[in-house]
Amino acid sequence: MTTPAGPVHRTLGMTDDEYESVVEILKREPLPAELAMYSVMWSEHCSYKSSRLHLGRFPTEAPWVVVGPGENAGVVDIGDGWLAALRIESHNHPSFVEPYQGAATGVGGILRDVFTMGARPIALWDQIRFGPLDQPKNRYLFKGVVSGIAGYGNAVGVPTVGGEIEFDDCYSGNPLVNVMCLGILRKEQLVLGTAGEPGVIAVLLGRATGRDGIGGASVLASASFDDETEEKRPSVQVGDPFEEKKLIEACLELYERGLVVGVQDLGAAGLSCATSEPAGRAGVGMRVDLDAVHTRESGMTAPEILMSESQERMMAFVSPDKVDQVLAVAEKWEIETAVVGEVKPGPTLTVSHNGQVVAEVPVASLADDAPLLDRPSARPGWLDDVWSAPASLDDVDPVDLLMKLLDDPAIGSSAWVHEQYDHMLFLDTVVGPGSDGSLLRIKGTEKALAVSTDGNGRLCYLDPLRGAARIVYEAALNVAVAGARPLALVDNLNFGNPEKPEVMWQLIETVEGISRACEALGIPVVGGNVSFYNETAGVDIHPTPVVGLLGLADPMPSNPPRLSRAKEGMEIWEVGPKPTDNLAGSAAQRVAGKALVGRPTAPNPEMARRLVNLAAELAHLVPVLHDISDGGLAVAVAEICIASGVGAQINHVAPGAMFSEDPHRFVVVMESGTNDLPVDLATQVGTIGGDSLSLGSGSLDLSNITRAWREALPSALGV
Amino acid sequence: MRTAVIVFPGTNCEHDVVYAMEALGGEAEIVWHRETSLDDFDGVILPGGFAHGDYLRTGAIARFSPVMSEVRRLAENGAPVLGICNGFQMLCEAGLLPGALIANRDLSFICRFVDLEVVDTDTVLTRLATQGDRVRIPLNSYEGNWVDPSASGRVALRYVDDPNGSQARAAAVANERGNVAGIMPHPERGIEDILGSSDGQVLLESFLQSLVDYPPVPA
Repeated sequence: MTTPAGPVHRTLGMTDDEYESVVEILKREPLPAELAMYSVMWSEHCSYKSSRLHLGRFPTEAPWVVVGPGENAGVVDIGDGWLAALRIESHNHPSFVEPYQGAATGVGGILRDVFTMGARPIALWDQIRFGPLDQPKNRYLFKGVVSGIAGYGNAVGVPTVGGEIEFDDCYSGNPLVNVMCLGILRKEQLVLGTAGEPGVIAVLLGRATGRDGIGGASVLASASFDDETEEKRPSVQVGDPFEEKKLIEACLELYERGLVVGVQDLGAAGLSCATSEPAGRAGVGMRVDLDAVHTRESGMTAPEILMSESQERMMAFVSPDKVDQVLAVAEKWEIETAVVGEVKPGPTLTVSHNGQVVAEVPVASLADDAPLLDRPSARPGWLDDVWSAPASLDDVDPVDLLMKLLDDPAIGSSAWVHEQYDHMLFLDTVVGPGSDGSLLRIKGTEKALAVSTDGNGRLCYLDPLRGAARIVYEAALNVAVAGARPLALVDNLNFGNPEKPEVMWQLIETVEGISRACEALGIPVVGGNVSFYNETAGVDIHPTPVVGLLGLADPMPSNPPRLSRAKEGMEIWEVGPKPTDNLAGSAAQRVAGKALVGRPTAPNPEMARRLVNLAAELAHLVPVLHDISDGGLAVAVAEICIASGVGAQINHVAPGAMFSEDPHRFVVVMESGTNDLPVDLATQVGTIGGDSLSLGSGSLDLSNITRAWREALPSALGV
Repeated sequence: MRTAVIVFPGTNCEHDVVYAMEALGGEAEIVWHRETSLDDFDGVILPGGFAHGDYLRTGAIARFSPVMSEVRRLAENGAPVLGICNGFQMLCEAGLLPGALIANRDLSFICRFVDLEVVDTDTVLTRLATQGDRVRIPLNSYEGNWVDPSASGRVALRYVDDPNGSQARAAAVANERGNVAGIMPHPERGIEDILGSSDGQVLLESFLQSLVDYPPVPA
């Protein structure tokens, strides 16, 4: 099976079988530029070859879906002539190799996915996961990633309004850096990634193409880490938020003036993707002249130009009569341009360089003929033992455990992180970071959009089916306590090595869990991303799906619930199904130093629906609504006390119930005597007042828990 | 009475400023930095953001934009000129305000509400406020640490706490005449209680009032 280009295709991350497929498609040996294009387009990162077979399970349809999975971002109708565009992505591998640039370019990439659709990006959420902060390398990665998000997000002028932070040993060699973006647009401004019809001109906008990020999709994002990871540093791109900001404004002006037929951003697989995908969608061919591409350095080869992942570039497809106007808009915003190609009839993508044809391939083969793998899957044998181990806590002191939870960097205040992010720009952030869900008003309407991003690797490790469903339900409850109804979901599936049957089993279970929960809530999955090969030295991360759930509050509550609105004398109610003493996968189990064992409590679709509806109604009526999640009832009440600056007495509750994270539960704080809660679901568990938090068995000074909660993350970071 | 809200490549608070001015009954219009005439305007706001990516130094490139000579002309005529955050940095770079803004003491970006105290009410930013009053609005900057070796700046507002090491705890500074002011926190982010505070109203209302009756008639 050896071929002249054999070693080259392997260097590019291609298997011998894939190489043979290319030969079969072309009926000849591929030229170097052709091999480069196939290697990136057929990479795991771009082709979803290991997961595609299973992603079809997701429910994707609803009357309000305008654009479903497959485009650059999902788009849903939110009424009053407005659409919302949303997308989530990962930048895990680049962020481990170079945390600042990895995180920064992750932000840049997700923004382009959203403004490619014609939307103005209005907010970002970051979901970041690292190994424990007692290891210097993890502190370095954490600080670098936060700086990268702040450095890029602030300067590009899009607020970062929330996210989540998780620490676990499994992320020590492989941190997860996911980012979600939401944009809004007027209905008539929707743009798709299409090349249009023959005659249309391809105009490349933005930064010059350089040698950065070559093979990022194939070499870095689609392979595992080992001792040579440092050598992959040149595969990480370098971002320039100022260029991106100008690109956003220029593109929005092009859309407003109706100057483009279609637009495609240049992300993974660079120019290879930005030519073949839009042409493939439109069913046309294309001629591309690499000599016209503005490059940052001389002497770049055709494969390098085609594979480069240089940031802040967009491809606009423009009618010939509008090219001059497009170039004028670009000149105004001081961005570089190059007319690089023309749409042609027929199925062929022809690329020339130095006056010679360097690639001539069937357009559709790059996207549509990508390998589709049915990888073997198998339920892990160790699950039976894990499930049968006891996961209740009988031997802990509740007061002591609560203090430990509040002092935990994942549960304590995230202010050290979110105060480095501009989270207020655009004057829409009604409920911002540090709350269950973000609430963003839409000026000029009565409406608001709520978003919650959630993941829980420990829960999904113990039971990916239940765990994945539960993160969807938690996200739904989080947007509901902000006053919104669930509308659509995007998911980012972070997994280990798909060549291992256990990892494939985890993926399939996860997709099933997310699908069932979405069906129960009546919401579609409108987009997503899969990140495989999150392993280091053969050890896989916990299966870590992260979901971003968009909700619509119509109308927005005039005075939305806030954790800070509790007052002396108010009653504390717990609403939801009675918790069990099962602490499998909970923060309490982790903080108490117990092994990660047990089987998480199953979610209840009927209950989920009922509680989400109830919370969305209560959000218009009560001062405080808070989802019960990490750390259970005890932490939920403590967070309300800290935010409101007042103590509370919680009635005696069994330790299991105090720290249970069983699903579909929330806390209501309201004036006494105003209770209108369903009797079968609500229990009064305490009263607001005083300057300490009493748990029945003991109490903690409000000032002490406040200090512990505030200092948890900074002190773990040593800042 | 119209206010020009100047936009440079990288500016990002222009729509917020226009929204806030209009919400308070004013008239504001976005003007591109290559504009060479501000004849139609009665005052200027340089909004926040990252003009030219803050490359070289904050405000260092923006001061050379064509529109800046018009901003200088208006300032010298006594018209109200306000720089917010990045705009404050530009006014210092342009020499229209004394001092300079350097990196925050803790070398970290700060985005949070801060409490300010009104020190001097004889400026376009503070004339409707009362000396000693507290104003709570958001700060959002990395280079918010004002230094003024000449000690000639008039401090209009000062931080109650000291978030960034700013000299004299200055949060807002004005020129001698009071018609040119720079403020590091964002008054436009503090005009509605639903976003956390409406304390910033008095500052922007002061500016709007100044459009009507500045420059003051000499005695």
